[in-house]
Amino acid sequence: MGRETRAMQDDETTGPAALWLLDGEALWGRKAGASGKACADCHQGMKGVAARFPVFDLSQNKLINLDQRINICRVEQQKAPALVLEGRELLALSAYVGRQSRGLPVDIQVNEKTKSFLDGGRAAFQRRQGQLNLSCAQCHDLNWGKSLAGNPIPQAHPTGYPLYRLEWQSLGSLQRRLRNCFIGVRAEPYAYGAPEYVELEYYLMWRARGMRLEAPAVRP
Amino acid sequence: MRRFAALSFLLCIAVSTSAGGDEITASLTGAKGDPARGRALVASRQIGLCLLCHSGPFPEERFQGKLAPDLSSVARLSEGEIRARIVDPRRANPESIMPAYFSTQDLTRVAGGFRGKTILTAEQIEDVVAYLLTLR
Ligand code: HEC
Ligand code: HEC
Repeated sequence: MGRETRAMQDDETTGPAALWLLDGEALWGRKAGASGKACADCHQGMKGVAARFPVFDLSQNKLINLDQRINICRVEQQKAPALVLEGRELLALSAYVGRQSRGLPVDIQVNEKTKSFLDGGRAAFQRRQGQLNLSCAQCHDLNWGKSLAGNPIPQAHPTGYPLYRLEWQSLGSLQRRLRNCFIGVRAEPYAYGAPEYVELEYYLMWRARGMRLEAPAVRP
Repeated sequence: MRRFAALSFLLCIAVSTSAGGDEITASLTGAKGDPARGRALVASRQIGLCLLCHSGPFPEERFQGKLAPDLSSVARLSEGEIRARIVDPRRANPESIMPAYFSTQDLTRVAGGFRGKTILTAEQIEDVVAYLLTLR
């Protein structure tokens, strides 16, 4: 990350993610759905939570990311319709929740139930795909730091999401970033929320275990 | 058109295996390519994509790649070797990160609009080869 982008990320009050954080805070406190309850009526704070996701959810019997967890609360606790994936409200809430883990180390757990998801994510990371026949690992493990048409290839650590990209002129989730890399290699992207993306997120978080979260980050 | 390209491709494979080396000596179209069009293809970010990974003598292109050798390294290759590297670099190095520009074989999850299509056409490959020959 360049010095200017870093300065933008560190400036929380006027940084480009500031509006989303304010929206997130408002949504956190707003009553919604047939229950008439707000997130704040059930939860104190969310410190450390974003550092642990994705997790295996026993009630859903599947691996879920933070956005999906927020939507489970929307539907089952608040009795409100699920928020649209990649929509402004869900991004605002997940930025607000993610912000509370800023500076904490990624703390991803792997157990008997989740090991197959980790293996699935790793296999996807190493699979060559798309018309350009490239794997994530070929860029992000073998060639990170080198220049791809003038852009330095990062190590693909997912510690800043949701983040503000100047190119998007918006906040976006990790899945939106994954979608960009899929399209880049001319591979068929998955739908937002697809289990394949969540497995990749899980593997990327595991790969970054111990690194400090910096959501909502800023990228060029 | 595309069927013709695929046929001439098969013919070339036959030629190169009988020659024994990793070369495709015959033009994919039977004609010589146009080096000026080839230069534009190599520089193009939408079509050739070469400068994503390679650098080369393109003073007007500020952003070039550093994942691969500078294209001036073609100096040590024959025309047939250059053509084979672009058609399918996996023939020389199965681990190569360079895409195969004229093959639809052994690919996974190719996006809808690109399925069954090669990255470049036979004519475009010949243009690129003609351009790379000017670097020798
Ligand atoms: C051809 C090279 C290439 C391939 C293949 C590739 N990426 Fe990327 N990736 C990049 C580049 C370059 C960037 C950063 C530049 C940008 O923001 O556009 C990036 C950014 C990322 C980031 C964001 C990191 C950050 O700091 O915010 C993640 C996460 C990521 N990639 C994951 C993946 C995954 C998962 C795959 C495979 C499905 C993949 N990439 C395939 C080149 C690649
Ligand atoms: C995703 C990266 C990538 C792209 C895109 C790419 N190349 Fe390459 N290319 C490589 C790498 C890496 C090598 C080194 C040999 C190897 O690993 O196969 C290479 C090798 C070559 C060679 C052989 C050079 C030598 O000295 O042996 C030629 C010629 C070549 N590339 C031309 C091109 C042309 C022309 C294009 C575009 C039409 C292109 N490449 C696109 C990565 C790439």
